[in-house]
Amino acid sequence: MAEPILRLEHVTKSFDNTPVLCGIDLEVQPGEFITLLGSSGCGKTTTLRIIAGLETPDSGRVVLEGRDMTNVPPEKRDVNTVFQSYALFPHMTVAANIGYSLKIRRRPKAEIAQAVEEALHLVQLEGYGDRMPSELSGGQRQRVAIARAIVNRPRVLLLDEPLGALDLQLRRQMQVELKRLQKKLGITFIYITHDQEEALNMSDRIAVMRGGQFEQIGTPAEVYDRPKTDYVARFVGTANILHGVIESAENHVLQVRAEGGCVPSLCCGCGKQPGDSVTLAVRSEHIEFCEEGGIPAVVREKSFAGGMLRIALTLGDGSELVASRHGIDIDLEPGQPVRITWRAECAVPVEEASE
Amino acid sequence: MKQRRSLWLMLVPLYVFTLVFVAGPLVYMFILSFETRAETWGVVQEFTLDNYKNIFQPVYLQTFAESFRLAITSTILITLIGYPFGYFMAKLSDAWKKRLMLLLMIPFWTNSLIRLYGWMIVFRANGVLDKLLMALGVIDTPLKLLYTYPAVVVGMVYALLQFMILAVYSSCEKLDRSLIEAARDLGASPAKAFFTVTLKLTMPGLLSGIILTFIPSMGLFFIADILGGNKIVLVGSLIQDQLLKAHNQPFAAALAVVLMLLTTLMISLYKRVTHSSELEGLL
Repeated sequence: MAEPILRLEHVTKSFDNTPVLCGIDLEVQPGEFITLLGSSGCGKTTTLRIIAGLETPDSGRVVLEGRDMTNVPPEKRDVNTVFQSYALFPHMTVAANIGYSLKIRRRPKAEIAQAVEEALHLVQLEGYGDRMPSELSGGQRQRVAIARAIVNRPRVLLLDEPLGALDLQLRRQMQVELKRLQKKLGITFIYITHDQEEALNMSDRIAVMRGGQFEQIGTPAEVYDRPKTDYVARFVGTANILHGVIESAENHVLQVRAEGGCVPSLCCGCGKQPGDSVTLAVRSEHIEFCEEGGIPAVVREKSFAGGMLRIALTLGDGSELVASRHGIDIDLEPGQPVRITWRAECAVPVEEASE
Repeated sequence: MKQRRSLWLMLVPLYVFTLVFVAGPLVYMFILSFETRAETWGVVQEFTLDNYKNIFQPVYLQTFAESFRLAITSTILITLIGYPFGYFMAKLSDAWKKRLMLLLMIPFWTNSLIRLYGWMIVFRANGVLDKLLMALGVIDTPLKLLYTYPAVVVGMVYALLQFMILAVYSSCEKLDRSLIEAARDLGASPAKAFFTVTLKLTMPGLLSGIILTFIPSMGLFFIADILGGNKIVLVGSLIQDQLLKAHNQPFAAALAVVLMLLTTLMISLYKRVTHSSELEGLL
């Protein structure tokens, strides 16, 4: 594997004695699109600010291309940020905003003008150079902020919830464009979002953050299909969580007794033994209905959500599961008792994260 | 509609007050400046431009020049002290902001004349300042600063500093910190970020502070009188003298009109430069 472009080594940070980052480690490869995913207050913005140099970690190191950057001020880092609020300079035109970093570096005027044109072209805002930021729409400001951050071709681009303020349609469009831009420029993107769908759509890897730590770092498929903890399972793609006790383990297939029934689960090297308690994560689309076996449940309600039929089920202990189906050809009525199961590979044993 | 009318009625006293006590005297002063001083006492209603011509006599031009010099000196000093003060004050925690604001306000609870007499005690020969400096061995002979130009400058700075501080403070308060971070992120050193972003964006506050200190410092004659003796004559002192000692009301009015025109000119320049209609920091 190539030398990572960015390495965080056991970085900690607290504000007013409240720990925000509890020793995080991260390696980012050149050209990678990595997303820090987590709810607000999980420390993802602080992580980004430490990479940018806008905060200094209490301990740990930030290594950029093999050089220790921990105490290097932001202006001397080959890293640029797209701020959540865009932070466009209100007293400068769009062109002056984009050309700011080049002007600071005293590049010749003609070169700046050309780079600004190019950047405007990249974000599809040709002809907007003379406008003031206040004359632009939210989406256009967003593009200017991106153009300003990439004009200098940084090694790493940090994006702090860049699409957070945009409406859904624009957001989808910008997701595609950002991804296209990243491919084209070959810049490493470190992207922050609390939107799991956005993370799954765009990233090469996702780092799920919680309480100042990484819960899981992996490809979107890994994080979605093989969540490590119940938190990841719930946060990414909202999985059902089920507690049970292992009855048998054969060829990596566990039989788990839970809620008055028995369901399978696949476990490769999780080291679980019969008698151990286990927590399973199951995606709603993987829940199947069966005649016998499985676990008993009662249909509570069904509803349509975007072409999917959502079926809320109540288990014996009163806990709830959600199953979903394409189409509407299932004749289930509220109150009807059913039995549910799934294929072994669809249920993942997860760690119960401690609070 | 009815609500409209009652709102209008409520504003009537305000308009009446403004007309009687602001617009009225201004118009009166304007008319007066074109009238002729009577031989003995009072004013003769006879149109003349002599009052304005009078201003161009070297001695009065000298007074204007001296006023400008003092105003420029004190405004520069006030800017140098007040801008950093307001800038750093805006960075403090809310609790400290309140405390500092209180400290800035407390002197105003005392009459400004009394505070000026305080400065007299400090400045006079063998006064507090001289004794302190001599005790510290900085000087051998008393400075005798009272009734000198520097004493007047200190008095002006002291009297007007808080206007600059508040104007700059309110401008810095509004400044979005992420803009400075963005500048740093894009390669600007702290100094460069200050000059390209912070200073540019707090310019309205700074300019408004300059106007709020420059204009009064041409007119605060009592400071020049008390701390400068009779050596420093400002436009303000001149107006007062013409009105109360020389009893030349039309000339005093003409001087006041010119001073007011200069003020208006500065404010319109401010509006032109900052595109804003209100002076920052003036509520």
